[in-house]
Amino acid sequence: MRRGKLTSFNFWYFVLFTAALYLPILLLIVFSFNDAQALIFPLQGFTTRWYGEMVRSTELVGSVWHSIVMGVLSSLAATILGTMAAIGVVRYKFPGRGLFVAVAAMPLVIPYVVLAVAMLLLFSQLNIPLSLWTVGLGHVIINIPLVLLIVAARLIGMEKNLEEAAMDLGATYWSTLLRVTLPIAFPAMVAAFLTSFTTSFDEFALAFFLIGPEPTLPVYIYSQLRFPSRLPIVVTMASVIMVASVLMIVFSEYVRHWGSAPARSRSEGAP
Amino acid sequence: MTTKPTLNGLPAVELRNVYKTYPAGRSEHEVAAVNGVNLSLLSGEFFTLLGPSGCGKTTSLRMIAGFETPTAGEVFIQGQPMSHVPPYRRPVNTVFQNYALFPHLTIEKNVAFGLTVQKVPKAEQQRRVREALELVRLPTVGQRKPTQLSGGQQQRVALARALINRPAVLLLDEPLGALDYKLRQAMQLELKALQHEVGITFVYVTHDQEEALTMSDRIAVMSAGKVLQIGTPIEIYERPNCRFVANFIGETNFLDGRVTRTNGNRCTVQVADGLEVSGSNYSAAAVGDQVTVSIRPEKIRIHESRPEPQPNLFEVAVDRVAYIGSDTQLFMTMPYGAKVRVYDQNELSTVDENYFYAAGDQAWISWRPENALVLKD
Repeated sequence: MRRGKLTSFNFWYFVLFTAALYLPILLLIVFSFNDAQALIFPLQGFTTRWYGEMVRSTELVGSVWHSIVMGVLSSLAATILGTMAAIGVVRYKFPGRGLFVAVAAMPLVIPYVVLAVAMLLLFSQLNIPLSLWTVGLGHVIINIPLVLLIVAARLIGMEKNLEEAAMDLGATYWSTLLRVTLPIAFPAMVAAFLTSFTTSFDEFALAFFLIGPEPTLPVYIYSQLRFPSRLPIVVTMASVIMVASVLMIVFSEYVRHWGSAPARSRSEGAP
Repeated sequence: MTTKPTLNGLPAVELRNVYKTYPAGRSEHEVAAVNGVNLSLLSGEFFTLLGPSGCGKTTSLRMIAGFETPTAGEVFIQGQPMSHVPPYRRPVNTVFQNYALFPHLTIEKNVAFGLTVQKVPKAEQQRRVREALELVRLPTVGQRKPTQLSGGQQQRVALARALINRPAVLLLDEPLGALDYKLRQAMQLELKALQHEVGITFVYVTHDQEEALTMSDRIAVMSAGKVLQIGTPIEIYERPNCRFVANFIGETNFLDGRVTRTNGNRCTVQVADGLEVSGSNYSAAAVGDQVTVSIRPEKIRIHESRPEPQPNLFEVAVDRVAYIGSDTQLFMTMPYGAKVRVYDQNELSTVDENYFYAAGDQAWISWRPENALVLKD
């Protein structure tokens, strides 16, 4: 095997791949500073007025606000429920555990559109009016498996008898949970929360079907695509979200590795 | 503050007819990890549960700690039945095999954990943490995290953390297993000294016979969920009560035969036609019984030429000689084909000359009747 040598094929493949991935995003950012309404070349000059208009658009800012509040609340709920499920699945053996995991992980493989239609039918059967709450409920369901997997991975990596050690030293079940299990799982819970929030913030299919009168950001952006005059603002918003999402994912990955111990030096070294 | 183990008052720990069986999942049979164990531990003694892996020693320890519940029988700690007492309300603390230090807490907070959950005042916590870390000779590591310590240091922290609660009984589950040989030896002596100093009953689980002999006041040898023998290290080594114990602790030679005569503690065993061995009978073997005679390799004397007639004198052929530093091990064959191993201590330096015995030589071996134990199995 040849190493360290970049053949010209490899090189061009890499360039093409990267361009296909990032050029559209780069264009988005470039056009958000372009002083023209139509998204066409040549560029017309630098401006920040779209950013100004974006901030002044109450509907747009309102939809961002809806997305944030709904995202935070649904991610919090998903993090709590998912962590509880992870502790149950990892720490206890109970009949039907395999089935429980399969059912909890199902939303990962069900297409969101199918889930959205199913939930829409359910809500209308139960006469529940559509609103941000119904979207939030949908997002809790799709985020539980994410949280479950991230937190369970951390709990599996945790030494088995730490909880026994805590109880041996006089801690009750709840005290052990609060002083040992949850602190060790905490970085994974933060990472799971951030991942859930990002998913919820982007999510379109469920939101589109289950939304009431107040749109989330993706739904609002979609509704604005009909009006050419609104396009630059939407593009600007998209750039902002893009940058914010990248920052958040980077932060979440960083947090996830907090407190994971480096390689252990157990039996070596003098006392 | 040295306390001698005493029988005054109640036993520190008592296991009364304890069983632990696990449902066997998909196979038919259930698994009996502990199969009718009776133990009574004196207050202040260093008591070791010794046996091969799977003999039920760790399960027994976990039942004392409260992590497992007996299927039948009862565990008593200081006279109190423990069936319905959870681990966090038992007056015992455990040192785990892998130490189980909390990775997210500093050493100081690890050691203070027991006091923190009991809401002991901060000032007293600090004082007792300092004392505990001094006791294990690690007064300066308080601010570090467990992963920043070596294995031996983590071991001591685990000890300090368990002792700070002043338990009536300290349970140790193969605590030296992960350490290298030299460190393990040093820690054995240190643990024993520490136990004398704090005067707490220690229950120590190990599969290492050397560890058990070095540290224990008494040893219980376990196999297949049962206790085979309980005794001091000397009793266990010098007077094993069955073939398993004789074989598991130290090295030994077994000669199979049938009892032909008994006379008080002495008895004669026929090991082959016309070949008799006289040994000590502590297992009430009677004439006609099928028995095993156990003779430790270091208790056999070698003679280069035929000595005066004496009991248990046999002519043997030397098969193989292995020099191992302190001893020379000789592998020999008895006239009727039985193999015997003999350890001969190297009193003289033999660098300049060939060792006296070589493969193919003829020699005589003998042993005293009190060193040949007749075991009924």
